[in-house]
Amino acid sequence: MQETFTEDQLQFREVVRKFLHDKSPMSAVRQLQETESGYDAEVWRSLGQDLGLPGTHLPEAYGGLGYGPIELGIILEEMGRTLYGGPFLSSAVLAGYATSLFAEEASRQVLIPDISSGILRVALVLDSLSCPELVGKTLTVDAADRLTGRAEIVIDALSADELHVIADSPNGLGLYRVSPSAEEVTLYARESIDLTRKLSSVLFDHAPVERLGQVDAGGLQRFWDLACVALSHEMIGGAGALLESTVEYTKIRVQFGRPIGSFQALKHRCADLLMALEFAKAATYQAAFSLAVDDNPGFVASMAKAMASDCFMETARAAIQLRGGLGFTWEDDTHLFFKRAKCDEVLLGLPHVHRERMIQQMEGNDRAA
Amino acid sequence: MIVQLNEIETAVNQFLDQAFSPDLSLIEWRQRLVAAGWAAPSWPEDCFGRGFTAEQTAVVDRVFKTRRIVGAAQVGPRRLAAETLLVHGSVDQKNRYLPSILTGEHSWCQLFSEPGSGSDLAGAATKAERSGDQWIVNGQKVWNTSAHHADFGILVARTDWDLPKHQGLSYFLIDMRQPGVEVRPLKQMNGHASFNEVFLTDAVVRQDDLVGGEGHGWAVATTTLSIERQGFARGRNPRATHSAPAQGRVYDEEAKELEIDNEPYTWYPQREGRPDLVFERARETGAISDAAVRQEMAKLVCLSEAAKISARFVAAHRKLGNGEVLPAGSIGKLGASVIARQAAQVHTMISGTDAMLSGSGSPMDGVIAETLISVPAISIAGGTDEIQRNIIAERVLGMPKEQRQDTGPFRDIPRNIS
Repeated sequence: MQETFTEDQLQFREVVRKFLHDKSPMSAVRQLQETESGYDAEVWRSLGQDLGLPGTHLPEAYGGLGYGPIELGIILEEMGRTLYGGPFLSSAVLAGYATSLFAEEASRQVLIPDISSGILRVALVLDSLSCPELVGKTLTVDAADRLTGRAEIVIDALSADELHVIADSPNGLGLYRVSPSAEEVTLYARESIDLTRKLSSVLFDHAPVERLGQVDAGGLQRFWDLACVALSHEMIGGAGALLESTVEYTKIRVQFGRPIGSFQALKHRCADLLMALEFAKAATYQAAFSLAVDDNPGFVASMAKAMASDCFMETARAAIQLRGGLGFTWEDDTHLFFKRAKCDEVLLGLPHVHRERMIQQMEGNDRAA
Repeated sequence: MIVQLNEIETAVNQFLDQAFSPDLSLIEWRQRLVAAGWAAPSWPEDCFGRGFTAEQTAVVDRVFKTRRIVGAAQVGPRRLAAETLLVHGSVDQKNRYLPSILTGEHSWCQLFSEPGSGSDLAGAATKAERSGDQWIVNGQKVWNTSAHHADFGILVARTDWDLPKHQGLSYFLIDMRQPGVEVRPLKQMNGHASFNEVFLTDAVVRQDDLVGGEGHGWAVATTTLSIERQGFARGRNPRATHSAPAQGRVYDEEAKELEIDNEPYTWYPQREGRPDLVFERARETGAISDAAVRQEMAKLVCLSEAAKISARFVAAHRKLGNGEVLPAGSIGKLGASVIARQAAQVHTMISGTDAMLSGSGSPMDGVIAETLISVPAISIAGGTDEIQRNIIAERVLGMPKEQRQDTGPFRDIPRNIS
């Protein structure tokens, strides 16, 4: 297992950071969050066709870059730092992983090249974003290959070219492909507290589907772990950027004749945040290193999700508090991170759910030993 | 000079074949070790060592361990004294003190903290005045591990009251076996007395026991403190690293020495919160089926695992020669406090009302009780959490320092009334 990042990975981070710094500044994020799709098509095109980032973790044989969870994590950490709003999490991470894990060979050959280049934007429809055990409980495909049911929250569905759905069927759980323009499909936007990530509900009423492949319980868990670790990277990225900007603010804001950062009450809070961040980063990086070699994936993925969620929220709370009234204004950027933190905290399982899973995993390992 | 690792192994083995016998007295054996340069091979060649690298030293250690050979004395504050002298001591001081540290003939203590200066160590007010060819010392020291059986102490005292605080300090080696030195044990809240108070009343220090020159005490003390902190950062308390027990006089005498030297540290694992006992206890008591306990257990696992991973990353980073990214010591120390407190809370939840009991009739023969009442020490010893947070905020995050109130002549600075 890797012990730390390689020279290549560090360089890769620099490339991604520079791209996002140039192409996705906070002014653009603020402007795009007011639009329906939430992202800039030209930036997405360049990110996909020039850099190939959506295929980072997808197999080289199908036009991906053939890297793994570590490199994908680097991208998401950098995106988390800038609150990049494009369909990367939905199409590249969720749909990309689902396709490569569940779709059959012929479908993979068709789909992965286009997901990798970003030409095809796929929204993955899950009827639960809380835990894998609940996936497929309300979405079902009947014997005539018609999909019925409702998914309350789907990321980036309105701007997607295709919907991929995990649904139950007489043959067990499967991954299906549905056209969002079919008349048996109804999509409508949901208001989200995080305007940088677009949410909608999707209703299927006997919608025609194409079956892409079988989804087994182990595979679904693997998918969930990979997605959790990717999302954890986004969270530590957000927390890191927020801690930096907060510390900088305390250095320039003067009250009582001195920079507020010279007060120990603020120093100590920032020091505690740094420790929490270092620990959450350690857990998240370790999870990516472990997933890359498939070592105890369930435990490390849940630990990363629990720690990164708590760290991002705690940092966001403090970032507002340490800015005082300014932090509660719309004009200041802090609330954008706070809202992302809140949404990421509940997405793919709340921290307490993952902590419970950690203990179950430890009990399981113990019995095995 | 021996360079090849296998040559080192051969040389050590040859020496041991000729010189070691389990029937020697402990001191006799170690005198042979010192004379041959095998007592502290990592020390410089002109200081009883061989100037070995860590890798070379590890070869020597391995041979000693495999053959169950008794090594040099190293437990307790003597290590702080020895390594400080290696950096700042005069040739005469090194020759006079280092051999008897290695043989264990003399034990040492650290006389830094005072009732009036804890975190603010440079505010020491113990006074050393020159009188003829010696120094006369008056004042009180505290938190002095092993002072009750120490032969010598490393002492920070004030030699100039008109200079700013850091500039008026000097560093001395003091003979603890004299009428002007009175040592009283200091009982802690957990019932142990690992430390002492030391009262210095016209105590005498030889002129040539001043280390680093008059007024340079702070620089020398900083060396000692960083050696001490490295121990904390490695998460290793000064414990025995010696041979497994075997038959013979040298082993018996070493066992006795270790018993005395390790006595102050028996409760140290407990102050870390004993997270290692949590699962066993939760299963034993059935508390593992309580959802709230499971949540707190998982939070503890998160913290302690992340601390370990984080330390591994720092080590890997260092190995690549990328330098230090963070003061890993301060973050690690702060982490240890958080872990210990969380572990104590989980143990409390698991034990329920039994957490009121202590001693042999209580959970794990008193280990849990001792844990609950020892954890408050970890966020104080070796630099309080508050000081660590200041260090992290100022040195890593670059937050502005507070304006100092203590920059003028020391005699004008407000201080505790003793």
